[in-house]
Amino acid sequence: METLLAPFEFEFFRNGLAVATLAGALCGLVGVYVVLKGMSYIGHGLSHAIFGGFAASALLGVNVFLGAGAWGVASALMINGVTRRRVIGADAAIGVITTASFALGLALFATFGGAGSGSFDAALFGSILGVASSDVWVVAGVLVFATGVVFARYRALLFTTFDPEVADVSGVSTARIDALLMLVLAASILATMQVLGVTLIAATLVIPATVARMLTNSFARMLVLATAIGAVSGFVGMNLSYHLDVQSGPTIVLVGAALFAVVFASTHTRGHRRIAAIPHPG
Amino acid sequence: MGAASGSGDLVRLDKVTCAYGTDPVLINVDLTVAPGQFSGVVGPSGSGKTTLLRAVMGSVRPVAGSVWRRDGLTTAYVPQVETVDWSFPVTVTECVLMGRSVGRRLPWPSRAERAEVAEVLERLGIDGLGTRHIRELSGGQQQRMFIARALLRRPQLLLMDEPTSGVDVKTRHEVLHLLDDLNADGLSIVLSTHDLNGIAAHLPHLVCLNREVIGAGAPRHVLTAEVLERTYGAKMEVLEHGGMPVVVDRYQGAEVIPIRRTAEG
Repeated sequence: METLLAPFEFEFFRNGLAVATLAGALCGLVGVYVVLKGMSYIGHGLSHAIFGGFAASALLGVNVFLGAGAWGVASALMINGVTRRRVIGADAAIGVITTASFALGLALFATFGGAGSGSFDAALFGSILGVASSDVWVVAGVLVFATGVVFARYRALLFTTFDPEVADVSGVSTARIDALLMLVLAASILATMQVLGVTLIAATLVIPATVARMLTNSFARMLVLATAIGAVSGFVGMNLSYHLDVQSGPTIVLVGAALFAVVFASTHTRGHRRIAAIPHPG
Repeated sequence: MGAASGSGDLVRLDKVTCAYGTDPVLINVDLTVAPGQFSGVVGPSGSGKTTLLRAVMGSVRPVAGSVWRRDGLTTAYVPQVETVDWSFPVTVTECVLMGRSVGRRLPWPSRAERAEVAEVLERLGIDGLGTRHIRELSGGQQQRMFIARALLRRPQLLLMDEPTSGVDVKTRHEVLHLLDDLNADGLSIVLSTHDLNGIAAHLPHLVCLNREVIGAGAPRHVLTAEVLERTYGAKMEVLEHGGMPVVVDRYQGAEVIPIRRTAEG
């Protein structure tokens, strides 16, 4: 027990744990919409696009959060706009826009030098070392914002996610709802990048929602479950990260993946049991 | 949105042309939907049936011509079941409640909304299924669920895309009778269908469409060999059974060989 509680003596760990738990909950919540809209790849793509903005902002001397945030929102809105025109699919739009954005960031980085390379490593792979109290408040603020959006626009978000065409002709402003969702997604990725890392954000968006989907057939329950699973993955993953001396991003994702494996195996077994329980003639 | 209507029509399309890219899907279509009307739109695949419904409800803008809708007209749309993501995690009640998504509303239904959902589910004969996942319903129940969602909007005009595709004969009868009851209560209905004998021939009004309107009117006037050939590009015969037109394929010598002949050698 003493060993388990030992890291709580350090402020950086308490901050990191709070951020990881809140970030897990945030990504779990937003991930429900990402997964159900069939845009699982967007977490991966958008985090790379934001990394491009992160690099550009650092090198150009702009506030990193504001610059990368604006870059991410612009990329997200561009993906949304291109997808809505239905000329190319969402996956292709994500692929083109985010990789171009990422490449631009790398090119800027290569051209103008390596200032702030430590921050780039943290942004790529996640680190609890750089987490300050202000980061906790940023993630908490984005979580409150995302929860507020989901609460206030719950029905419109659900209808738009399930059946955008019918939602549109039923009076729901689907363009505005999609743009709002992209804004929340970009803000979530930006806020959680420090602790999870660009390369692993996609997993924290997708895994809790996928696990929750296997556990329930109700949308409302899926939202609650995905948020809880994300928070638990963040909390447990951060503790394991300290004790195993492994970066925070990978441990958080591996906890989520382990949960996925357990739930997948259990639902698979339950299905077999149900089939075996059906009486067979003869 | 376009030319004014001189009567109490709900919707009027005047010389409407719609296109996706540079390909016209509808050409010079005139259509009027009056209060209490019950119309079917028939035509081959790719003839523009779905686009016509979309033009009526306003989700597709014409590249030429005009669409006029009565002020304050509420339309509701029931999509093809084939286009629905049946693995989406929603229960029947959650799906029906989507009919109440406009404006700022609490995530959970009010007591009045719960009562309304219960009432409409009972009216459509699917009460008791509210907590089920949408995939657990039969084809007919799935159609009723979407009709319930549409009715929750209290529409004056119901648009339905292939409401009986992929359902069995009994379910088709049930859906048709349900729609007839709703129409008798004053709801205007326009539906698209491939089913000439099971659905179209039973409706009071038909539109034969193949990018342009080939014929429109009562089935006994529209379902003729000539109109059907122009609509489908295939020869058909129209028989009469119980006072209703019945459309059958017309064999043209060696061009169309009955399956049983090849099976029997």
